Amino acid sequence: MITEIKKEIISKIQKYSIEKLLSQGKRLDGRSLFEYREIKIYANPIEKANGSSLVMLGNTKVMVGIKLSVGEPFPDTPNEGLFIMHAELTPIASPYFELGPPSDYSIELARVVDRAIRSAEMIDLEKLVIIPGKKVWMLNIDIYPIDDDGNLIDASALGVIAALLSTELPKAEIVDEENGVIEIIKDETTPLPVRGIPSVVTFSKVGDYIIVDPTYIEENVSSARITWGFTHKGEICSIQKGESGGFKLEEIKLSIDVGLKKAEELRNKVTNQLAKNPRGPEVWEIIFGKSD
Amino acid sequence: MNQKKNEEIILMDENGIRSDGRRWDELRPLRMEVGVLKRPAGSALVEMGKTKVLAAVYGPKEIHPKHLTLPDKAILRVAYRMSTFSVEERKKPQPSRREIELSKVIKEALEPAILLDFFPRTAIEIYILVLQADGGTRTASINAASLALADAGIPMKGLVSSVAIGRIGDSIIVDLNDLEDKYGDADIPMAMIPITGEFTLLQMDGIVPPDMFEKCLDIGYKTILKIHEEQKRTLRERYLKIKEEVMSNKKPRREQR
Repeated sequence: MITEIKKEIISKIQKYSIEKLLSQGKRLDGRSLFEYREIKIYANPIEKANGSSLVMLGNTKVMVGIKLSVGEPFPDTPNEGLFIMHAELTPIASPYFELGPPSDYSIELARVVDRAIRSAEMIDLEKLVIIPGKKVWMLNIDIYPIDDDGNLIDASALGVIAALLSTELPKAEIVDEENGVIEIIKDETTPLPVRGIPSVVTFSKVGDYIIVDPTYIEENVSSARITWGFTHKGEICSIQKGESGGFKLEEIKLSIDVGLKKAEELRNKVTNQLAKNPRGPEVWEIIFGKSD
Repeated sequence: MNQKKNEEIILMDENGIRSDGRRWDELRPLRMEVGVLKRPAGSALVEMGKTKVLAAVYGPKEIHPKHLTLPDKAILRVAYRMSTFSVEERKKPQPSRREIELSKVIKEALEPAILLDFFPRTAIEIYILVLQADGGTRTASINAASLALADAGIPMKGLVSSVAIGRIGDSIIVDLNDLEDKYGDADIPMAMIPITGEFTLLQMDGIVPPDMFEKCLDIGYKTILKIHEEQKRTLRERYLKIKEEVMSNKKPRREQR
């Protein structure tokens, strides 16, 4: 049974001041309407995972880890590997998250990101097959938001993309094809077969204004949300409208035009950041600092 | 979405006729009925081709647990469930992640239309049961739920109407069946409040170039208006019948059963 999402109560005067600023083309944190917060992406901060990432989107922090395992393919897709996405929203990220069975919001978050990556065919799943119909690679992708300052969807999508790009696939040698016996050689690895980098862009509607990358406060005063997934070729590959408001036709069309430009920007961010940022334990000091 | 599967299954022949004999812009046979159940405050049955969905509305009623109460408006609760026999292979009775997500998006599709601030401190509950699934269950659910809300006499800005638009190669298609949903190139379910022109549900699976997507939106808009007409006609028919029965001093139909 789906009821209300718990939201913080924002005073009317603050809502009014946010809308007034928007009418002048400005936002609380000084951004323009269609501007992202600063994005930092770190690859492989977790050594025990096969691939991992930490994304900082302004103050929003999301950690993503990928664990590989070998399993049986689904009966209807014997020639494809598979990936499973899961998001866990714990009180570490926000006082409004609770422990317990996955909430509707966490299921939506995982499924929206999953749909974007899957529809865009980012990973060539056919290359994850070891023995057709018997043994394939399974990617368990887990999303852990650790600080929710708004727009968890885009931050999580960036995190998943970065983690996938940093995942190393061990070599699997077939010992007995008939009985499905294989041997995993952990030291010989190859990167995952990636076709192209998709992008996920989320807009919120606050009053009559459409803004990109909402912060936590903006999410709390917004009436509706729309998330676009774009392939690396600039095609639309997934959509999700969320929250209890609606969008006019013109507003949807505006968000596609802006979304396409932002998608390009995000794609470049991912490749640039992954190329230049440090990997491994060094990351921890940068993110959380040394304790004094 | 998989090229190989597309080659095996022909979704549209060279004359532009779809696998079930429809043209690209043709809806499946649409059947709507309101007031089909006795106990709920409002109910509706919607059939879009082989997809059959039942919706029931209770409320405004007391909220349990009480801490969910809102001081300024009613809360809306939606449960979308599929019966175990609605699909080819028996569905497990526990709610799946898909059902939880759909409950959420259906709730958010209906909520903008309902005047929840008329009933503070209460709950309005919508229960949806998919009896048979053949593609487009969420769109049929929204159509049924909005009829059931009207049948329950819940004040609304307008009815919510919904349809899925899809893509097979270069052609846009309307109201996808299961086969087209699975093997087509894109599936875009959408819902709108035709009276205010607001889109309240928009999702997509598959790939569509942006310029084609705008066309899909316009076609969706027009198709939703058709469904809206049918919803209005269904309600009008039902209540005119009641009016006639009252005028001729007969017991209303609901009591007779």
